[in-house]
Amino acid sequence: MLNPRTIQKIVFALFGIATVVIIVPVAIVFLIILFNGLQALTPEFLFSMPRMGMRAGGIFPAIVGTLYLIIGTAVFSLPFGIFAAIYLTEYAADNWLKRLVEVAIVNLAGVPSIVYGLFGLGLFVIFLNMGASILAGSLTLAIMTLPVIITASREALNAVPRSFREVSYSLGASRWQTVRKVVLPNAVPGIMTGTILGLSRAAGETAPILFTVAAFYLPRLPQSISDQVMALPYHIYVLSTQVPNVSVKIQYGTILVLVLLVFIMNISAAYIRARFRKRKLW
Amino acid sequence: MVAKLRIDNLCVFYGSFEALKGINLEVQENEILGIIGPANSGKTTFLKSINRMLDFTPNVRIEGKIYFDTLDAQKEIKRLALRRRIGMVYALPLPLPLSIFDNVAYGPRLHGTKKKKQLDEIVERCLKASYLWDEVKDRLKTPAFNLSGGQQQRLCISRTLAVEPEVILYDEPCSGLDPISTAKVEEAMRELKQKYTQILVTNNTKQAARVSDRTAFFLMGELIELDITAKMFTAPSDKRTDDYIAGRFG
Repeated sequence: MLNPRTIQKIVFALFGIATVVIIVPVAIVFLIILFNGLQALTPEFLFSMPRMGMRAGGIFPAIVGTLYLIIGTAVFSLPFGIFAAIYLTEYAADNWLKRLVEVAIVNLAGVPSIVYGLFGLGLFVIFLNMGASILAGSLTLAIMTLPVIITASREALNAVPRSFREVSYSLGASRWQTVRKVVLPNAVPGIMTGTILGLSRAAGETAPILFTVAAFYLPRLPQSISDQVMALPYHIYVLSTQVPNVSVKIQYGTILVLVLLVFIMNISAAYIRARFRKRKLW
Repeated sequence: MVAKLRIDNLCVFYGSFEALKGINLEVQENEILGIIGPANSGKTTFLKSINRMLDFTPNVRIEGKIYFDTLDAQKEIKRLALRRRIGMVYALPLPLPLSIFDNVAYGPRLHGTKKKKQLDEIVERCLKASYLWDEVKDRLKTPAFNLSGGQQQRLCISRTLAVEPEVILYDEPCSGLDPISTAKVEEAMRELKQKYTQILVTNNTKQAARVSDRTAFFLMGELIELDITAKMFTAPSDKRTDDYIAGRFG
């Protein structure tokens, strides 16, 4: 028989190994991308148009396209997501309609991204006649991001202690005054964190933009929201599978740019959360 | 003399549980009415039904009437207006996550006072009324959470006063405070008598004896006895009151 202390040591060691193993794939992926892609990161690569069928030149239009899509997604998903979260948390009575909406949100989060892509193609591109465009792509990505934003915002709102609301009401405040003056200011950091994480996921998605906005090869910048754009995730797919003889440097360089973009967004979300947690006083 | 508040056969049900079983009492203007009684006797429910904070509780049913200055508090006065006129101080000090100044100015700002000078004046007056001014006058812009528990509770009283209510409800306001802070809060209450009608729910029977003019004894949702405090604590007419005050149960 092993004595309890030995068993404890073995078990803790197993847990420790399991935890460290999580780091391994992340580290390998990141290091390989960094190692192969870093030398591609020149100003010319970042800020010039692709040339020679994407085998040379830069990825500027894809970077701009992805940034436009992030902004477009934010414009459409933020108001809907945050307003819906406020309504569900602060106003809605606990009845069948609210539960139906909650079920819808959970299911919306579970829909595979390619289904969003086809949905966007059907509704925005064809039925609403927007064509493949920044508008259609942003709307599609916004719908995909909504459940993330709603869920994060609801959690942030619920994290504001009930007692603050009660005090506000007892001083004669209306529901809206209470939400605006007490609840929202204290929920904003959480809402921002969740929103940025949702947008960073949207930035890296390929399937939803495949049919709704992404251009295969378009070496110029978009003129309006009804233009197509290149976008980083789709560009990576194209470079790796659709165009022969693309140098490894360009492939990895493009991947590195996307990873860094998402990484920066996630870090800023974590930073906001950490900063406000320190300031939080209850 | 017309009572400030007249409670007429008030019954409150949480689902099928009857938390208050037909309460009848009157609160006179400028008096402090103490309410004592063991846990679950309906004291907090009683307070919350007066300023209609019970409206937020699901599955609650209220029967009977509450008259505020002869007006039906449930029908003839709008809920928000009623809460302005009947302030409440909670058991735990509950400052809002704002500065000391903004906590006190919260109510007046809600109700339309915008001018800086006017707000300054209200904040100073209300902090003085709760004997907090001297301790905080140099750091009004600092977060209210940095204050001690006793200071926070007096801040909450100031915040309630800033709305200029006519009645103040206290729900065990000193339960988390040390004796010195308690003494300061009680001093503030006695001083406030000149302008306000106050109802003090307390678990500390000695506090009721020290502060209140009349005292009511609640037990299991019923009003057992209500009398002048001095008589209540020396010669109660009900045996259960006597037992509770003497500490034989509860």
